[in-house]
Amino acid sequence: MTDDELIWRIAGGSGDGIASTSQNFAKALMRSGLDVFTHRHYPSRIRGGHTYTEIRASSEPVTSRGNGYNFLLALGDSFARNPQEGAYYKNEEIKPLSENLDELREGGVIVYDSGLLDASEIEDFDERVEANNWHVYDIDLRSMARDVGREVMRNTAGVGVTCALAGIDTQYVEDLMTDAMPEKILEPNLEILERAYNHVLEEYDADAHDVTAPTGEHDEEQVLLSGSDAIAYGAIDEGCRFIAGYPMTPWTEVFTILSQNFPKIGGVSEQVEDEIAAAALAIGASHAGVKAMSGSSGGGFALMSEPLGLAEMTETPVVLIEAMRAGPSTGMPTKTEQGDLEHVLYTSQGDSHRVVFAPGTVSEAYDQTRQAFRIAYEYQVPSIILYDQKLGGELINVPASHFDREPNPDLGSVLTEAELETAPHAETGKYQRFQHDVEDGVSPRSIPGQENGRFLATGNEHTPEGHIAETPENRVAQMNRRLQKAEAIRADLDSREETHQTYHGDDEAEYGLITFGSQQGTVEEAVDVLADQGYSVKSLGVSDLMPYPAEEVSAFLDSVDEALIVEMNASAQFRGLTQKELGQYGEKLSSLLKYNGNPFEPADIVEGFKTTIIEGDELSGQETTFVPAAGD
Amino acid sequence: MSAFNAIDGGREVDRNDYTPGIEPQPTWCPGCGDFSVLKALKGASAELGKSPDEILLTTGIGCSGKLNSYFESYGFHTIHGRSLPIARAAKLANPGLEVVAAGGDGDGYGIGGNHFMHTARENHDMTYIVFNNEIFGLTKGQTSPTSPKGHKSKTQPSGSAKDPIRPLSLALTSGASYIARTAAVNPNQAQEIIVEAMEHDGFAHVDFLTQCPTWNKDARQYVPYVDVQESDDYDFDITDRREAMDMMAETEDVLHEGTVLTGRFYVDEDRPSYQEEKQAIGELPEQPLAERYFDDSYEWERSADTFLDKHK
Ligand SMILES: Cc1ncc(C[n+]2csc(CCOP(=O)(O)OP(=O)(O)O)c2C)c(N)n1
Ligand code: SF4
Ligand SMILES: [Mg+2]
Repeated sequence: MTDDELIWRIAGGSGDGIASTSQNFAKALMRSGLDVFTHRHYPSRIRGGHTYTEIRASSEPVTSRGNGYNFLLALGDSFARNPQEGAYYKNEEIKPLSENLDELREGGVIVYDSGLLDASEIEDFDERVEANNWHVYDIDLRSMARDVGREVMRNTAGVGVTCALAGIDTQYVEDLMTDAMPEKILEPNLEILERAYNHVLEEYDADAHDVTAPTGEHDEEQVLLSGSDAIAYGAIDEGCRFIAGYPMTPWTEVFTILSQNFPKIGGVSEQVEDEIAAAALAIGASHAGVKAMSGSSGGGFALMSEPLGLAEMTETPVVLIEAMRAGPSTGMPTKTEQGDLEHVLYTSQGDSHRVVFAPGTVSEAYDQTRQAFRIAYEYQVPSIILYDQKLGGELINVPASHFDREPNPDLGSVLTEAELETAPHAETGKYQRFQHDVEDGVSPRSIPGQENGRFLATGNEHTPEGHIAETPENRVAQMNRRLQKAEAIRADLDSREETHQTYHGDDEAEYGLITFGSQQGTVEEAVDVLADQGYSVKSLGVSDLMPYPAEEVSAFLDSVDEALIVEMNASAQFRGLTQKELGQYGEKLSSLLKYNGNPFEPADIVEGFKTTIIEGDELSGQETTFVPAAGD
Repeated sequence: MSAFNAIDGGREVDRNDYTPGIEPQPTWCPGCGDFSVLKALKGASAELGKSPDEILLTTGIGCSGKLNSYFESYGFHTIHGRSLPIARAAKLANPGLEVVAAGGDGDGYGIGGNHFMHTARENHDMTYIVFNNEIFGLTKGQTSPTSPKGHKSKTQPSGSAKDPIRPLSLALTSGASYIARTAAVNPNQAQEIIVEAMEHDGFAHVDFLTQCPTWNKDARQYVPYVDVQESDDYDFDITDRREAMDMMAETEDVLHEGTVLTGRFYVDEDRPSYQEEKQAIGELPEQPLAERYFDDSYEWERSADTFLDKHK
């Protein structure tokens, strides 16, 4: 663990602008030439409740939060509830300071707003400061803000103090403020920034501590965006112009981004009565010839089960996204988890035939959303993007060139009116939209309004022209044809240059870590730490879940002696899928699980691996759980 | 140039064009009121000169949901209760389509009730025909949301303790801009009403009383019926919300006393359709979205050009 990185945590109350302040600061650091990665923590409350965002900035690429952090900016919580005797939430006012001490590294910096926070309310504060060699700066940020502008501008004062203490040029922050703020509030903010900066330089010796921002340079222009941004832009670039939805955290982010952007590009967004309707609208729009999507989080996605099956049976292309949060039921709405994997793979009656991708990074979220649309429309299946609160909300810098690609509005396997003239029709006059013997199982569709294209789409089993039929021969032919598409899709994905299974570490390593979706970056960080400590470990991040990339995962497993599957749920769902798909390796696979609402930290994995796999011991902490391999 | 030449194609049509060349064996029981809906819809479509390739008929699940097996057009036989959300999205995707949704009383007023309320509220330009037989037909005669209080069935052995839904009143309070009731025994009125509903620019709700002789033997065949526009006993202004409300309440009350009142109950020609409202605020493009995918000259926007700057 080195300190050639700045891990800055801004803590305060929900509703105090922590998110926007941190987003701007992350962008300023990116513009200064650093690689950045953010992690946010917030309660299921609109106003009040302790929240923080962490920005990790380094001259090297960062894909995960670090172990602990080294710079705390603790602001007040304007909406803290009055502490009452015996209240289980205790004194909320002091939380931005008190709740964040455990993870602060030795030698770290603490800046707190002495206008609002009183460190003497924290037990043993001074002792802990001394024991950990923390450097404390109690500065009345509130007064600083109030003297020039308004109290809420204390966030800016905190950023000014940070710049002075960590050696960051305020120019980057000033530029961003100038871009983002209306005239009226810009002036006072700039002044507060400058005053805070100068105040520190005049009053303190900023060299008294070792925490400074590194310097760096980018070879090419960068953009700062979240997994939710990436999914939205992937959809836009693949020609999606219709979204229907119903708000639910954390999927609401993608829904919001597209609702705000669609009017600018002639797209349509519909907020509807419930998620059953949302999925049905996406299916209806797609049926009528538009690239369409919907999405939700666990509970809302549960309501989409029956429409999802309808899309499978009628072979209507559609893209659904599922942003996981901790379940079951309402669970923990703002906490992350990967517990909806089995739900998404199998929900809806009958044999499922869908595509499920779980991007591991922000740039993969863009790529795989595009892939999801392409596959859905070419093969006429529903495609699902499974992600989570973590990936949706984290910000990372990506080269702008990653998005410099051709759009693909192609509707996939659809006929034109001219093609319909010669296409096979039933005696009834209907177009045979569901022909039995077709390449890859894909029978091209027609779109309502096309001359000579009429057919019947139905959730019942049906004949080639769509009429309801229950004869065994037709049933088997149609079922086999639909299922056959899975093989064609796997072959299609395998034939592409890029794979979304991500390998990290030494090829020849003895041990493997396997994960899926959003934990990929954290697992990779753990691999690096373990390698530094002399362990022979590599990792595989799986992002194609259905059809499962059996060959790639098998090859990886064949190459290691043992593998630990890392996932954020309590019942090892991904390990279950892997064993079901591969039908072997049971004795090689064990699990490291975390389901306390927080994503893995690299240290959880490093320690978990060493304790269980290397030393064969029990895990003593409560954060993670170990499930041994079969036969152990 | 349109990619959808069936729309407003001006093709000559007659009612036989909506009969599938080889009609699949009808699964409706003899004497079922559903036949009348089929007949009225065929007649109305022919009268309006709609080509089978420009009509999208979406249905729910039930005996009623079989409608598009016997009606030749583009069809989407959806799932129980969900014909409306599928229909209204198709209309937004391609407003030139003639969109008709249909289903049973269980389908539309029960399991799909939320969609009924919201589709009416939004006033989508489409027609919704509810086959109201006051029973669950397909699942063999259970009590439905429109079954009268006290209705006995295998699942309500002591008789239903619930008052029935008031479909017309519900449509009105929800926001439908054309509301009518007709009955299977009144084919001329049925066809006229469906023509009006299809022509209406907004959400047109037709509560179609369809007798189910198999499971609802107690129920009348909806005779004698009274056309409220033709009868001298009733005088109300169908454009006046309050008067319509009173008339609907009376109609719903007397149905179970043996008086079958039918006709137009409410018409609001002034309320803009949802498509118009959405276009007015710039959230629905002028060119039908579905056309864009076939328009080779369309320059597709890219996120890199349009949205990436704010992330720099
Ligand atoms: C989700 C779901 N629940 C239940 C059913 C079973 N089901 C099929 S039709 C129907 C009721 C049909 O009654 P109605 O909508 O009035 O149509 P009718 O048959 O009378 O025309 C039911 C309960 C189903 N298909 N799907
Ligand atoms: S059961 Fe009733 S509603 Fe269904 S077809 Fe027979 S008569 Fe018609
Ligand atoms: Mg019924």
